Amino acid sequence: MEVEVRLPTVLRPHANGAALVKVDAANIGEALSELSSKYPGMSGQLLTQSGELHKFVNVYLNDDDVRYLEKLDTKLNDGDVISILPAVAGGSD
Amino acid sequence: MTDITLQHNRIASSVLELIGNTPIVDISQLSPNPKVGLYIKLEGQNPGGSVKDRVALSMIQDAEAKGQIKPGSVLIEPSSGNTGIGMALICRVKGYKLKVVMPTNVSKERRDLLKIWGAEIIESPAAEGSNGAVKMARKIAADHPEWVFLYQYANQANPKAHFETTGPEILRDLPNITHFVAGLGTSGTLLGVGSYLKQEKPDVQIWAVEPPAGEMVDGLRNLDDGYIPPIFLDNNGPLLLDRKTVVGPRDSIIWTKKLAEVGIFAGISTGAALAGAIKCANLIDTGTILIVSPDAGWKYLSSEIWTLDIDEAVLRAQSTIYF
Repeated sequence: MEVEVRLPTVLRPHANGAALVKVDAANIGEALSELSSKYPGMSGQLLTQSGELHKFVNVYLNDDDVRYLEKLDTKLNDGDVISILPAVAGGSD
Repeated sequence: MTDITLQHNRIASSVLELIGNTPIVDISQLSPNPKVGLYIKLEGQNPGGSVKDRVALSMIQDAEAKGQIKPGSVLIEPSSGNTGIGMALICRVKGYKLKVVMPTNVSKERRDLLKIWGAEIIESPAAEGSNGAVKMARKIAADHPEWVFLYQYANQANPKAHFETTGPEILRDLPNITHFVAGLGTSGTLLGVGSYLKQEKPDVQIWAVEPPAGEMVDGLRNLDDGYIPPIFLDNNGPLLLDRKTVVGPRDSIIWTKKLAEVGIFAGISTGAALAGAIKCANLIDTGTILIVSPDAGWKYLSSEIWTLDIDEAVLRAQSTIYF
């Protein structure tokens, strides 16, 4: 499935400044692996060495955090949008 | 209009007695699904104007009980606004001094409220957002061990306030609740209310709504600079939440304005929670959803979201911390 991936400011330098890139993948795990192979600068930042989602990375499939869906096994459909956002401190609850 | 002959409100001996016991309003007319009821708990009715009055009171009372605070003590806290304001009110009443570390780009109303109650503001870099305020406050607290650092992001008295007050109030007033939707900041509201509801009514679903703050924090150099509130991990947050959804500034503003149409003047994070609840209402067949409105709209007037064109309002919201 071809899906769009929205990159946060902090990852854009690794993708030549692009805010939006496309990848071809069947699930979230594959999409993140493909991102890492296409843009090696991201490799250590998205997944841990044991292949799990890095703790400070939040990945959303069409606005839903994949940690509360099927995690890296969350399936993708054509036209889906993945957003990657860093975990930061919030305030007002 | 309430019949005055049937109501009896006692006189409070201190404004601090007015914290909690906030009202719930039926806003089901905004529900996209006629079989799903929508309700809102108005935390802006607290005397300091937000849900954080509960947290501030709980943390200060806990520290008093442990002997960490005595009259004249100096407290330091990172806050993008509401916790600082709640603490400033309580510190003023109880005779403590407060220093609040906050990013330079918080709204003017927040700074002014802190000053009204005598708190000192220490500025952290705008580009580093709330993460920067947390980092700076931790450093200052380490340099000044004589100051009291209650640290809302790691203080168990934060979720405890909601476990002991907000949660029981919700179940008392809305016993048929099926879904609880709230914003994820320090995670205190979700953890405290969520744990209480799951304990008393295990089928209740807990939905977190997150503003995409990370996108706006330019000062983040890499993802290792990220931050997860220690209380979220200490209280099994990832296991407690059933779903987490991100809501951007545009939807937050649109739904904040919709609330005004039914007479509720709320802050922008309430619009984000409502947008999450609308999504929830569209996904379920029947149910009763409660959202928490962390604060009212007063502190956001300078954002002009109610009067500006939506595109302009979104741009304005992105450059200022309103969450």
